[in-house]
Amino acid sequence: MPATRQILIDPVTRIEGHAKISIHLDDNGEVREARFHVTEFRGFERFCEGRPFWEMPGITARICGICPVSHLLASAKAGDALLSVTIPPAAEKLRRLMNLGQMVQSHALSFFHLSAPDLLLGFDSDPAQRNVFGLMAADPTLARAGIRLRQFGQDIIAMLGGSKIHPAWAVPGGVRSAPTAVQRADIAQRLPEARATVLDALRRFKALLDTHHAEVATFGNFPSLFLGLVGPHGEWEHYDGRLRVVDAGGAIIADQVEPSRYRDIIAEAVEPWSYLKMPYYRARGYPAGMYRVGPLARLNICTRIGTLLADAELGEMRQRAGGIATSSFYYHYARLVEILAALERISLLLDDPDLDSLRLRAEAGLNQFEGIGVSEAPRGTLFHHYTVDAHGLIQSVNLIIATGHNNLAMNRTIAQIARHYVKGDQISEGALNRVEAGIRAYDPCLSCSTHAAGTMPLVVTLIAADGTVLDEVRR
Amino acid sequence: MERRRLATIWLGGCSGCHMSFLDLDEWLFELAQHIDLVYSPLADVKEYPDHVDVALVEGAVANEDHLHLIRQVRERTRILIAFGDCAVTGNVTALRNPLGAPEALLHTIYIERAEIAGCLPHAPGIVPQLLDKVQPVHKVVPVDVYLPGCPPPAPRIRALLEQVIAGEDIRLTGREMIKFG
Repeated sequence: MPATRQILIDPVTRIEGHAKISIHLDDNGEVREARFHVTEFRGFERFCEGRPFWEMPGITARICGICPVSHLLASAKAGDALLSVTIPPAAEKLRRLMNLGQMVQSHALSFFHLSAPDLLLGFDSDPAQRNVFGLMAADPTLARAGIRLRQFGQDIIAMLGGSKIHPAWAVPGGVRSAPTAVQRADIAQRLPEARATVLDALRRFKALLDTHHAEVATFGNFPSLFLGLVGPHGEWEHYDGRLRVVDAGGAIIADQVEPSRYRDIIAEAVEPWSYLKMPYYRARGYPAGMYRVGPLARLNICTRIGTLLADAELGEMRQRAGGIATSSFYYHYARLVEILAALERISLLLDDPDLDSLRLRAEAGLNQFEGIGVSEAPRGTLFHHYTVDAHGLIQSVNLIIATGHNNLAMNRTIAQIARHYVKGDQISEGALNRVEAGIRAYDPCLSCSTHAAGTMPLVVTLIAADGTVLDEVRR
Repeated sequence: MERRRLATIWLGGCSGCHMSFLDLDEWLFELAQHIDLVYSPLADVKEYPDHVDVALVEGAVANEDHLHLIRQVRERTRILIAFGDCAVTGNVTALRNPLGAPEALLHTIYIERAEIAGCLPHAPGIVPQLLDKVQPVHKVVPVDVYLPGCPPPAPRIRALLEQVIAGEDIRLTGREMIKFG
C-alpha cells in the first residue's frame, strides 16, 4: 500500500446539510481515493421506538425541512399498511398533488438557489458572490423567476396542508382536508408563469451542455444501476408504483418489484468514515451493486413520462445522452424535466372532480404488525419500514433515504472529479468547488439522514509522500 | 443606511428554518439591499468571519463540530439569535437524550442492525463525536434573541429582520412572534 496524504474540504456548502470531503493522494501525487463523509447522526430510527405509529408522520416530517412532505407521505403510507386500508381516491390524488408541489419547490431550490451560482456565475467565480444573493445581483430576472417557482411549489403545499414546512396533514388512512375550488383556481392561474420559467431554464441548461463538456464527462460519469418506482406500464411515478432496476445499457434487470419486498433486492453496508449507510443492489454485492436514485434515475428507468411536454423533453434528453444518461451532471437536466412533468400533472389533478369528494380517510384499527411505505422524494426513492406491537407502538424503524441510496455513487463521483481536476502539485479553489459540485449534482439531503456544520477553515495543503508542501489553498 | 453583516448557521436540525428563511421569497431582493450574507450553508465561505452583526443559528448542539462552531460564532458575533425550536429548546433533535449515552445508540444502528459486517463510524478529525446530550444553544453560549417556531414562519422572520435592518433593539412580542411549534 503506497503512502497517502489527505486533502480535506470542510464543509461542503450549498447542499442541504453539511458534510466533508477528503481526498487521498498517493506518493506520486495522484488521487488514490476520495470520500464523502456525512458528519452527523440524529437517531430517528432509534428514538421513535415506543412511539404510537400514528405520530410517525409528524415526527419524521421533521427529519427534513426541505422535503418534509416525502417523509409525511411515506410514513402515512406505512401507516396505511398497518391499518390494511386502501385510501379513498380523493385522498390519493391530494397526496399526489402535495408531492408534486414539493417536487417543484425542491427542484427549484436545487437548480436556482444551490447550483445556478456554479452554472451561471461560473465554477471559478468569486466564492464570496457564488450564492443566491450573487445571482440576484448578476441576473435579477432569472433569480426572481426561480424564487417565484419555488414559492409556487411551497404555496401548493400550504394550500393543502396549512403550512409550507412540516404540514400536519397526511395521516394513516388518508388526509385531513381538501382545498376549495377557489384555492385550486388560484394555483391553476399561476401555472403558465411556472411553465415559462422552467422552459427558459431548460433552454439555458441545454446551452450549458455545449460549453461544459469537461463537467459532463467527469461529474459522476460511470456505469451504474438506476433504481426507482414506475407505474404499471413503466411510466414515470412519484408517489406509488413498483420498483424497477435498470443497468447502464438500459436493460431492465428487475421490474415491478413490490416495494414491500425491497429487502429482496436492497441491502445496506456500513463504513467507519461516515455516519451514512451504503445501500447496494443485493444480487451484485457490495460495492459492485452501486445504484443511483432520484431525478436522473427516474428518467433513465421509465418507459415514458406520460405528459406531452415532458415526454418531448425526455426524448431530447435521451438523444443528447445517447441513450441512458450516465453522467451525474445530467441530474440538473433531469430536475428541470421533472419540474415540467410535475406542472403538467398538477394541471390535470386540479381539474379532477374527485377533489370535490368529502371522503378523505379510510377508518380502521391496527390490522398488521409490519408496514412499509415507499414514495419518490425529489432526491430519490424513500422507504419507511415500521414494525409495531399489539398496541400500535413502534418496535423498530428502518428508513432508507435517497441520499443513502446515492452514497456509493457520490463517493465515486468525487473521486472521478478529483482525479481530473486535482493535479499533483497544484490545487485551485475552482477545482475544489467542482469536487463539491459533484455532490451538489445529486442534490443530496443530508438533513434527511444527518446534519452538521463544519468548523475548521478550509486550508487545503497538498503534501507529497516525503512531507514536502507542494501547494496550499485557503478560503 | 449602514449594511449589516448577516450570517446563518446550521447546527443539529432539519434545515426547515433555513427553508423558511428562503420563504421570504421576493422580499429577499429588498433584504439584499441592506445586508451582506457573510456566512451561510447557502454560500461558499468556509470560515466563520469576524465582526458579524447578526447570526441566525438554526438547530441544537449535538456533536463536537457544533460545539466548536457555536463558540466561534458567539465570539465573533454581536447579536446571536436562537432561530427555531431546535435552537431554542432542543426540540426534535433532543429526542435522543432519553436514550442515554450515544455509544449504545450507535452500536444498535451500525452493528446490531448491520446486514454485512458492521462497524462504528469513527474517523478522528472528520466524523465528529456525538455529545452525550443534545443541548439548546443557550445552554452552551449566551443568546441575545429567541425566535421560536418549527419552523418560524417567514412573516415572523421578516419582522425580525426588519428590526435588524433598522438597527433597532430587537423586541419580539405577541403570539405572532413568540409562539412555539
